[in-house]
Amino acid sequence: MRIVWALITGLVFGLGITVSGMINPSKVLNFFDVAGTWDPSLAFVMASALLTTAVGYRLVLVRPAPLFHAKFHLPKTTRIDRQLIAGSAIYGVGWGLIGYCPGGVVPALGLGHTEPWVFVAALLVGMAIARFTRNQLAKAVAA
Amino acid sequence: MTEFTPVAAVVGGTLIGIGAVMVMLFLGRVAGISGILSGAVFASSWDDWGWRAAFLAGMIAAPAVFTWVTGQAPEFMMPGTTAVSIFAGLLVGIGVTFGAGCASGHGVCGLARLSPRSIVATGVFMFVAVATVFVNRHLIGG
Repeated sequence: MRIVWALITGLVFGLGITVSGMINPSKVLNFFDVAGTWDPSLAFVMASALLTTAVGYRLVLVRPAPLFHAKFHLPKTTRIDRQLIAGSAIYGVGWGLIGYCPGGVVPALGLGHTEPWVFVAALLVGMAIARFTRNQLAKAVAA
Repeated sequence: MTEFTPVAAVVGGTLIGIGAVMVMLFLGRVAGISGILSGAVFASSWDDWGWRAAFLAGMIAAPAVFTWVTGQAPEFMMPGTTAVSIFAGLLVGIGVTFGAGCASGHGVCGLARLSPRSIVATGVFMFVAVATVFVNRHLIGG
């Protein structure tokens, strides 16, 4: 049951990305291009997604537990550190270069073009490098 | 040049929000796509892998469903070369791992929870993305 609902949820989320135009990296880049061919659409996407999520979370999080899992897993870290800021800045450079964020590129895999797959392959290599580096850093600190 | 599409943006954004709320209601998690993807690929257990793979499969099926319902393919134009895709992909992969989230995890779910970390992260990546496009398109010329 959980798998079926996960599939349906992914479809709803992916349709949101597709309908909103976030599946198109050129449109995302035009949102960032405030001094050029600015397309403010993404601000409307973010605002409506944020509002819906904020209201929905209020209704859902009063429940003792989610439907198909034992408990809620909310991020517990609260520290604003160099990793968060540097990581977000590196992500911003990558997003600004090509217009793809992870949420935008996953549905684009279903379009039948090669480019999104190339991007995702590189993204996974980047994740693997970062995970390895983080583990080494943690070991160095512990030693 | 892409057209300003406020109605599609609000309909799509609302669907993204509904999807994020469904993830919380069904699975008890924030809908950070970088986290779901990373967990699916670097999974620690089969039990944890299944829902992630199903969620991603649903996302990948979305353009086909969109085309089937509307009768036209979603607008799509790759803005750079393969080399730029690879370089940007590496940066995004490294960045979201250290930054612990992307536009969906921090920008939607995190802001909806008023998480201070997400507010800082979203401010940083949006500002840097705007600055990157400015440098790329207007200073060095695209």
